[in-house]
Order: sequence, then C-alpha cells, then structure tokens
Amino acid sequence: MENRITSLLHQKGENILSIYFTAGYPELNDTKRIIEELERCGADLIEIGMPFSDPVADGPVIQHSSEVALSNGMTINLLFEQLKEIRKTVSVPLILMGYLNPVMQFGIEEFCLKCKETGIDGTIIPDLPLEVYQEEYKEIFEKYSLSNIFLITPQTPEQRIRMIDLLSNGFIYMVSSSSTTGVKESGDNEQIAYFERIRSMNLRSKQLIGFGISDKASFERAAQYASGAIIGSAFVTALAGEMPIEHKVNAFMLKFLKTSII
Amino acid sequence: MNYQSDEKGYYGTFGGAFIPEMMQQNISQLQSCYIEIIESDSFKEEFKTLLSDYAGRPSPLYYSDRLSDHYKAHIYLKREDLNHTGSHKINNTIGQILLAKRLGKTRIIAETGAGQHGVATATVCARAGLECIVYMGAVDVARQSPNVEKMKMLGAEVRPVQSGSKTLKDATNEAIRDWINNPVDTHYIIGSVVGPHPYPDMVARFQSVISEEIRIQLKEKTGRETPDYVIACVGGGSNAAGSFYHFLNNPEVKLIAVEAGGKGVDTGESAATTQLGRPGILHGSRSLLMQTADGQVIEPYSISAGLDYPGIGPMHANLFKTHRAQFLSATDDQALKAALYLSQKEGIIPALESAHALAALEMIEFKPDDVVVVNVSGRGDKDMETFLKYFQSVK
Ligand SMILES: Cc1ncc(COP(=O)(O)O)c(C=O)c1O
Repeated sequence: MENRITSLLHQKGENILSIYFTAGYPELNDTKRIIEELERCGADLIEIGMPFSDPVADGPVIQHSSEVALSNGMTINLLFEQLKEIRKTVSVPLILMGYLNPVMQFGIEEFCLKCKETGIDGTIIPDLPLEVYQEEYKEIFEKYSLSNIFLITPQTPEQRIRMIDLLSNGFIYMVSSSSTTGVKESGDNEQIAYFERIRSMNLRSKQLIGFGISDKASFERAAQYASGAIIGSAFVTALAGEMPIEHKVNAFMLKFLKTSII
Repeated sequence: MNYQSDEKGYYGTFGGAFIPEMMQQNISQLQSCYIEIIESDSFKEEFKTLLSDYAGRPSPLYYSDRLSDHYKAHIYLKREDLNHTGSHKINNTIGQILLAKRLGKTRIIAETGAGQHGVATATVCARAGLECIVYMGAVDVARQSPNVEKMKMLGAEVRPVQSGSKTLKDATNEAIRDWINNPVDTHYIIGSVVGPHPYPDMVARFQSVISEEIRIQLKEKTGRETPDYVIACVGGGSNAAGSFYHFLNNPEVKLIAVEAGGKGVDTGESAATTQLGRPGILHGSRSLLMQTADGQVIEPYSISAGLDYPGIGPMHANLFKTHRAQFLSATDDQALKAALYLSQKEGIIPALESAHALAALEMIEFKPDDVVVVNVSGRGDKDMETFLKYFQSVK
C-alpha cells in the first residue's frame, strides 16, 4: 500500500519530526492555518487530533485542548469540512488521531471514505484494539489506502510487537514510557534499554517515538533510537496565548530548526 | 439463550475490551487468569469465609408485611444494606483484593460515585495492608462527605477529580489514567459491571452471591426457589447483575432494572441510559451510552451519585436488547418518596440508589400471589444531607 506516509518513511529514514495538535483549539477555525504553518516551518508529518469528551490516554494538556475544542463546536464532520481543500496547499502526510467512539458514530466506512477524499493518509485510534482492527476494519482501511498506526509501550511483549509490525503499513508509534500523554520523558536507563531493545528487533516497520517529547534535546535523544519523534502536549501548550496563531506555531518550530525559515 | 459473556467478553454485541495499548498487559493478564484464580478451591474458600465472617453474609431476605400489604403482593427485601460497609459493593471488593494479592499487586486504585465502592475498597485495602487511592468527582466529594471521611479514616487517599461533570464518569477516567501511568504494581478495582473484559463478568461473578442466597432463602421461606419479580437499581449495574445472575435462565422470573430518571427522562437532566443512549464505547467496552450525535459522551444527571453514570454494563445492554430484563426509570422525586416510605413503614433507611428500585413498586401491577424481591443495595446513612434538604423543601 502506498500513501504519503509510506513515501515519507521511504525517502526520509531519520529525524522525522511529527507534530500533534487538537483540531478546534485554541480557536475553532485555526485548523487549516496551523497545518499550513507547520508544513512551512518544517514538520514532516502532522497528526490532527479529533477531540473526545473522555480522552483516557491523555494528560491534562490534551484533556484541556479537547475540552476547549469541543466547546468551540468541533466535530468530525466540521473537521472534514475544514480540511476539504487542504491538499491544494499542503503536501506532508496527515494523520487523524482520536478515540474510537466518535469515529464509530460517524461510521467507519464513511469515515475512511472521507479521509480518502480529503487526502488523509492515516489514523491513530488508541482504543481500537489490534484484534478488532484485524477482524473488522483492516479491509476497509486498506480499501481507502489508510495506514492505521498502532502503539507499543515498554510493557508490550515481543510477540505482540511482532504481530503489530506485521499488521502495520505506516510506522509504529512507540510510546516512550508507561504513561498518558504529556508526562515528561525521563531519558533514564530503563527507557534507553527499552529503545535499544526495540531497535535490536529489526522490525520491518519504522518507529516514531512519542509521549513526553517536548523540546529539541528530547527530540534528538529519541531520534537516535528511531526514525523520528512526535511532539504533542508541548506544542499544544505553545498554542495558548494572544498572538496570531501563525506566530505561535512559528516560534515553537524555530526551536527545532537550526535556521529560521522567515 | 445465553446471557453470560463469551470468552472474549461479549454479551451479544456488547462488551469486549476497547483499551489503549498502555493497558493491554494488565487487561490481558486478567483475561487469561481470572477464571482460573477465582474458580480455584483455595480462592473460593477464602472468599466465602470473608463474605461470611468479615462482611456478615448471608444478608437477610426480609419479608416486608407493610409493603406487601400496601402493594398487594409478597414483597421481600434483600438486605444488602446490612453488609459490612453498608452496601453490596463489599462483595466485589473482597473478591478483587484477593485477586490483586494473588497477582502480586501492591497498590490499589478505585473510582467511586456515591463513595460506597470507595469505602468498600478502602476497607479491604486496610485489611490487606495495601496502599489505596480513590478517585472521586469533586461534586460527589461534596454530596457524599461522610463516605469521604470514612475512606480517609480507613487510610485511603481520596483524590477529587475536577474534569468534566466532576462525577463518576470522570472519576473513572482518572482511575484509568492512573493505571496507565502505574502499570506494574497497581490493580484497578472497578466498582461495577463496566469496563473492559474481564471486569463485567468478573464483577458479576463476585456479586452473584446475592441471587445465590435469594434462591436458598426463598426456598426456605416459601418452598419455591424463584420469585416472580427481581427488582434492582442500575448505575453501572453490579447490584442488578448480582441480583439477576442465578435467575437469568429462569424466563418465568421477571427481571426489573431501574435506572435514574433524574428530573425526568425528557428534561435533559437524567441518567436513564437505555432510554437516552445508543450503542457506543466508553471505559473500554461497547455498550449503551448517552452521547451526542457525533459521539461525545453526555454528562448525566441524578440526585443519586451512584447512578449518575452515562452508560450501563454490557450485560445489561444485552438484557435490554434481548428483552430479558425490563428497564424502568424512577425520578429523583419518586426515589426520595420511596426512601421516605420505606423508612417510615419499615424502619429501614435505604440508600438513594436503592430507593430507585423501591420506587418501581409503584409502577408495576402485581397479582396478589406474586413473590417480589427488591434488592436494597445499600443503606442511607451517606445520603442524610440530601434527604434532609428534600424534606425541608417539601414541608
Ligand atoms: C448502594 C448503592 N446501590 C447501587 C449503586 C449503583 O451501582 P451498581 O449499579 O453497580 O450496583 C451504588 C453505587 O455507588 C450504591 O452505592
């Protein structure tokens, strides 16, 4: 299966910088501007969060952004509406990330179809279990060239990692420690041992490390052990405040680049 | 028909384990070993002994002359209110703490609404010498303060939850997040027949002692093992699951589940999930769920903290769908009236949750020789403040 995610992983094997934000936060209609500015500032991949009322895998920052986004009126329907013309201006891979219930209520096939029409390349649905995906959803996702991205954690046994590897047609999302989002990455020996253990498994799928990656230092540390890393809570935190949204995105991204784009 | 879950935790189309990978290890460990552990002779022996010597079981099945007179049927009350800690919740926490010990866990977390499950968890943790952290919505901390004090006295830490509607759903979210962050040493004692497989089945098994006893006690008292009606309230559904369990395959026994109507099912302030919900996924299982058109969970309302939950356990969703159980709802007012009535006619102050089950007696046309069992899931001590406010307002 080919899509923008697989091409990216093919072309750029290292230092992939992926950024997560919650659609509809801080303002309902910031979505498109955030994406365009992220691409302009050098993000290799963008994860667009679909807010849910009960995000159990998320820490306080993304809980808050989800709450604000929902009270701003964000829905999956509206998100597809906002992204309708996104492929006219943006070429990096786009991934939708969210919990299963809103997607299920939207309708799985309808959702996948909309993703395809919009130019979405993949999904991350943390509470969609591997087994259910395999039995019920895999065919549909593949029909619309969507990569469903699975998570692994320090607790995931080797055999399960191998299974996830075989099922993956994008990257594997390597959760940096046993935690909800936004907990600071420790960089301790235990974590390094986990990173090394996964690296030595020689998986066919590439891995991006996420959860707790907050700045250039933690990004670079993680990127030594995988094809890149994902920044979520730290970016969402940077979106608060009064400045124009492009400035906030730009200021944050500057920290990850040697030279300014502006 | 089979009303129990299959080996993947499905009750018909409801149930399953919709969990993030971060919980996978703990859940699959439980899935693979819970039956073996809780059905082992040593476990059963220890569980049984604690239920009797520590919790005070069997709880009496009490024939209420005055309710029988009033409702023109034979009304029996299953007195779970007389258990140690004041509700049925202790049955489950005794079972789960024994399981946690066998799994080598040293830290226990729980969510609580009314505080009854929190108290029951804090109690068994004190006895087992395990650290105990209870998540409780800030709204519930305020309206169930006697239970908060009890948990503290028992040595537990109560963490008020400020997110969402600050009630049971949000406390459950926070407990799940805690477990994700502490996957190795911690066991999560869920308080109802909700959550990912194997919790609904496991909790139902621990609570099934209620109907096991009802059968024996009824036989002694009436010569027949099965009543015509079993009535229980439903928050997540654990006391109802326990009350129904050994009657599921007796189709002649009418099972009545009573949900919290709040201010009225159509007022927007209600927790009557079967009337207001659609199939959806929350807290790790597919069940009926109160939600908006685009799948956001609706914040429920009930005067009773233990019923203030936007879902029901998957077993109940299936009982509803298959029409094996009939679902009624009682409003705040109906429940308060029923609580007052039982207090003054029988000298039993029921929990607000249980009062919803009692309120259903008003809604059913009984035949004079019907045998009716109402599960009084808990006692009303914790609700005195709410009761007093209500009685002042109606005076
Ligand atoms: C006395 C009592 N009854 C009923 C409930 C509702 O829970 P469930 O539906 O799981 O029995 C509670 C919950 O806190 C309770 O305290």
